[in-house]
Amino acid sequence: MTTIHPDQLTAQRLAGVIPGRLPDRPLDPVTGDGTLIDDPAVRAPLVLGGHSFGEVTDIICGYTENKPPRWWLPVFLLSANVAGLGGLFILYLVITGIGTWGLSNQVDWAWDITNFVFWIGIGHAGTLISAILCLLKQKWRTSINRSAEAMTIFAVICAATFPGIHIGRQWMAWMLFPIPNYNAIWPNFRSPLLWDVFAVSTYGTVSLLFWFMGMIPDFATLRDRADRRLRANPQGGPSVLPFVPVRADRLRALIYGFLSLGWRFSGRHWHRYEAAYLILAGISTPLVLSVHSIVSFDFATSILPGWHTTIFPPYFVAGAIFGGFAMVLMLLIPARELYPHMKDFITLRHLENMSKVILTTGMIVGFAYSMEFFIAWYGGNVYELFAFENRAFGPYWWAYWTMISCNVISPQLFWFRRCRTSPVIIFLVSLAVTIGMWFERFVIIVTSLHRAFLPSEWHMFHPSLVDIAIFVGSCGVFLMLFCLFLRFLPVFAMAELKAVMPQASPHAHGHDHAHPSRASVVGAHGDRRGDAPGDPNGHPAPPPPTGGH
Amino acid sequence: MALFERPRTGRIYVTETGETIHGIMAEYATPADLYHASEMVRDGGYSRWDAFTPFPIHGLDEAMGVGRTILPVMVAAGGFTGVGLGYLMQWWMSAVDYEMVVQGKPPGAWQAFVPITFEMGILFAAFTTIIGMLALNGLPRWHHPLLKKDRFLSSSDDRFFICVEAQDPAFDPDRTRALLEGAGATSIELVEE
Repeated sequence: MTTIHPDQLTAQRLAGVIPGRLPDRPLDPVTGDGTLIDDPAVRAPLVLGGHSFGEVTDIICGYTENKPPRWWLPVFLLSANVAGLGGLFILYLVITGIGTWGLSNQVDWAWDITNFVFWIGIGHAGTLISAILCLLKQKWRTSINRSAEAMTIFAVICAATFPGIHIGRQWMAWMLFPIPNYNAIWPNFRSPLLWDVFAVSTYGTVSLLFWFMGMIPDFATLRDRADRRLRANPQGGPSVLPFVPVRADRLRALIYGFLSLGWRFSGRHWHRYEAAYLILAGISTPLVLSVHSIVSFDFATSILPGWHTTIFPPYFVAGAIFGGFAMVLMLLIPARELYPHMKDFITLRHLENMSKVILTTGMIVGFAYSMEFFIAWYGGNVYELFAFENRAFGPYWWAYWTMISCNVISPQLFWFRRCRTSPVIIFLVSLAVTIGMWFERFVIIVTSLHRAFLPSEWHMFHPSLVDIAIFVGSCGVFLMLFCLFLRFLPVFAMAELKAVMPQASPHAHGHDHAHPSRASVVGAHGDRRGDAPGDPNGHPAPPPPTGGH
Repeated sequence: MALFERPRTGRIYVTETGETIHGIMAEYATPADLYHASEMVRDGGYSRWDAFTPFPIHGLDEAMGVGRTILPVMVAAGGFTGVGLGYLMQWWMSAVDYEMVVQGKPPGAWQAFVPITFEMGILFAAFTTIIGMLALNGLPRWHHPLLKKDRFLSSSDDRFFICVEAQDPAFDPDRTRALLEGAGATSIELVEE
């Protein structure tokens, strides 16, 4: 029987803050951590460690409730400083003008748009995971959707900065929107740049709504835990700041309580919540496909050789998913190493699945690269053919071949099971893909612009210090926001995660249709972890994991 | 416990200390217990009651007898409103209020208006979804009698509850308690308003 228990102790033990951390399980050569089962008749476990519901709550809330790990503050401060530096350079740009980018010709704004497309592309993985994988009933998404959605929001924030600052007179940015003004004119709705404004702002808004809605129940869990501790000890725990009597739990109860909107886990509420979730997934799916299509229209509707192609929308969307998954992996692989018990939720199978997505979308991107060349030759347009020959063998050959080796060649490693289940190799390939996807945008934008129709337009692109500092600053913003997310928000969708655990089924007992022999192998593996059902605080021992129903 | 009949608010149950009763809350240990208890409460003819679970349980809607939600209809209405407004905005601004000829196309040519029309439809549909869901759920509501119960707070962790409200026409303190207990409750409590 659960009473009001000070579950802080369990949370701390599970989060590794106080001794008693459980040793890592040895990896099995065939099934890895127990999730790499190839037999399609066996459902691989989605959560490892044989945790009870209570333990899942304790672990995940522990990430935000306990003291952060030692690396957190240095990483946060470093990224915040880099972000601040980037901000200062933006200030310099606004005060001095976009001439600081060396804009004496039409190639030199390339950096800015490259960064915009790079970041907005990264932002596609989150909605893909939360929307498309939801519609496809891919239950493994529940472990990664929260962090991927967070990453999406942060990437969109970084992306939105660039068009905002490249317009020259940044204080006129409001003219991008149809706001009545003293000139009595309206924006040009036939311009793909304006479509972009609507697409990106809609995408940012809907992603934020989706993210927030998913967090409402988890905010309520954090609220209830703080509330429970406050009722046991009205003092409210240690003070947050020196000399200021603000207690951590009071603050949590207030802030998480406000954000939870009074959610109380009612079955009738869940019914509408799930309907709303499915609807949001349904409408986000065409949205996510439309956003990068519209970004590609910025190029495709122009008449510049190398840009004016109908392959752009699908090619850009595949590239966005490709780059976005790489970024998700680059963030989650270190996180699962650094946070205790995170490997129980982000298993090797999650990494393997994401690697497969990278392999597939990488091949689509590679196909698009070759098809561009084929059509340039087959179409018989000399300007088009020149643009592509110039891409591969012109002055920017190094950028082109960096892109090819990072985006097309490096993911081929994932044909090998050993590579797509090794976190180190996955991380390195993801890093390569991220670099490659940045170069893809650079190649598309710069090589087409630097040899446009008029020879007087022919210039080489050289980034200025301001260019570089603003891009590095945007990486700082991204990492800083992700650090804050890891520290203060529910990193996993707890409610969804519990719902995919075997004991969540209302028919878990009685009639189990799973293969008993194979299921027991999985179950035994889950139980291998010594004292997992840690009982000192009254949590019930979890029922043995079964193959599900 | 005393029962009062009042013409305006109907029946009201009051504790010995004078507090109005909100309902009876029963705790269950597993999703299966909650599922079967919900079926029993549903079949008992209750209407003003609710189950509480830390995560959505598959099939609980049917076990509770919850009908389909009207939310999809609202979202469709919201989405089409967005589509209409989005198209109307573009058409009025570029073909009526300030006619602008771009690339020799007629001012009202609809083809170029498709992307923004689509995005506006999505935007309105998304807002309708989340606002509609919250409104139908009666949220935000930061206070609720149940949240005052210490035990109830574990519904956000690993415990499962059913609360039958005293306002339910079929509510009877003894019979309702017996029903919830018979369904396997591990604890039963009165919830004061």
